[in-house]
Amino acid sequence: MDTGSSIGLVAPQSAHFSTPLTLRSGAMMPAFDLVYETYGTLNAAKSNAVLVCHALSGHHHVAGLHADNPDSLGWWDNIVGPGRPLDTDKFFIVGVNNLGGCHGSTGPSSINPVTGKPWGSDFPLMAVVDWVRTQARLADLLGIESWAVVMGGSLGGMQALRWTITFPERVRHALVIAAAPKLTAQNIAFNDVARQAILTDPDFHGGHYYAHGTYPQRGLRLARMLGHITYLGDQQMDQRFGRELRNGAFSFGYDVEFEVESYLHHQGDKFAGFFDANTYLLMTRALDYFDPAREGNGDLAAALKKASARFLVTAFSSDWRFSPARSKEIVHALLKNGQDVSYAELDCPYGHDSFLMPDPDYHAVIRAYLDRVKL
Amino acid sequence: MSAFDRPDFDVIAGWVQSGDKVLDLGCGDGALLQRLIEERGVRGWGVDIQTHNVVAALRRGINVLQGDLEAGLAGFTDAAFDHVVLSRTLQTVRHTQNILGEMLRVGREAVISFPNFAYWKNRMAVMAGRMPVSEDLPYEWYDSPNLRFFTLLDFEALCDQMGIVVRDRQVLDEAGRSIGEEPNFLGSLAVYRLSRPR
Repeated sequence: MDTGSSIGLVAPQSAHFSTPLTLRSGAMMPAFDLVYETYGTLNAAKSNAVLVCHALSGHHHVAGLHADNPDSLGWWDNIVGPGRPLDTDKFFIVGVNNLGGCHGSTGPSSINPVTGKPWGSDFPLMAVVDWVRTQARLADLLGIESWAVVMGGSLGGMQALRWTITFPERVRHALVIAAAPKLTAQNIAFNDVARQAILTDPDFHGGHYYAHGTYPQRGLRLARMLGHITYLGDQQMDQRFGRELRNGAFSFGYDVEFEVESYLHHQGDKFAGFFDANTYLLMTRALDYFDPAREGNGDLAAALKKASARFLVTAFSSDWRFSPARSKEIVHALLKNGQDVSYAELDCPYGHDSFLMPDPDYHAVIRAYLDRVKL
Repeated sequence: MSAFDRPDFDVIAGWVQSGDKVLDLGCGDGALLQRLIEERGVRGWGVDIQTHNVVAALRRGINVLQGDLEAGLAGFTDAAFDHVVLSRTLQTVRHTQNILGEMLRVGREAVISFPNFAYWKNRMAVMAGRMPVSEDLPYEWYDSPNLRFFTLLDFEALCDQMGIVVRDRQVLDEAGRSIGEEPNFLGSLAVYRLSRPR
């Protein structure tokens, strides 16, 4: 397992878009900023560009380190670099913080030009297609007519899928990893509990907590703890924590006793310390709404018919949040249309989070596919 | 084994046409599909359970789907393919009738090759008291992936029982030469082209 980054220091860039964007909800964004990073070199034909879409809690900082923070390794650094599956010697890789995010792109914590105050809950809700449209604006800015590859895990995979339908002529390959064509009722239910934790926190203040100099730390922490459980493999959790007690014996109280509690509290605290609660609400809602089959009157194959990309769909056997069966729905819809699709179902123990792990089989699959991508 | 010493591949290549959609079950490293795509201009998808085979097929640029044939072809649409191929794999599948039925559900035609247990050398080996090891049955009994041992006559009887039509049949000896007379005795490898009743 790699510990250091192979691409070294990277720096984010920012782009301003002043042409208004009508959103899926009907609301309008008059102007917005997107923060992004790039790795590798765009070739003369501009044919080697890869868009990496991020998941719920991700951002533009996919790989490398920021000079001002030695702990700032990108969230998917293990797959990016010279000779790595997402090879910076071959590809020009773009990571972008989605609109509505909290890592520099315009989002609920940004200043609403109309009021001069943070948007808060007045920030319009996003759909996956809105992110795809804003990413297309960034592609225009960078002079990229068509992406060699659009890829992502989880919600990032959904964006890749959406790209192939909304801009079929602008995607040549789509890597849809640990994703689903739509959420199940169980998945929406998990998201609802997470949102309720935030929405009912007294520090939420209807989403305008910025003005009160506070934030719904307790709610966001609970939301993340719940989410985190669903991202881990059941067996992996048992192997890692089991029923281990921190002090070796019951203390008959409600403080942290089991190691798994300690871990979850740490994860929740860490997350609540940097993530914006309004962004968390907006991202989970975008997940709930995602259902491209609606364009095919409920038939995913009909909706995917217009896609011209080749697909690699990847799922993990221990992922119960977006199980392999959900990925296979995408595969079979594409097969029904006679479209080019490959599918890998990997035995990786890390649950939904497997897509972030440097598992040798997983990386071998991604590498084998990307090596064949013609520029 | 390379694509060049797989004589059943020649037979299969002769049965497909440009533009046909081919599903190759147990596709291994994708050698057959690559040949059918390059020489015959088909559109192809492979199925294999082993990750190393999935990786190898991806390296060839072949569409490959990781999955277990024993689980059937659930999720595959009816009549989605022109040909569904099962090359030297039927003898390793436990649910024989299920896979045959599934192949002819998702495909217009099924193409199946398998080693003939009644090949004369195999009969000789059994007569001499030992399980056969040959070009087309290259395993010792204790390390063989083969679960089912059957002959041309056995296979045709099952097809008859299942109402499957044998459209064509090529029988080959160990050197890959076509056999005409006494195929169940002289043939080491059989290749069948099957369809549903019209």
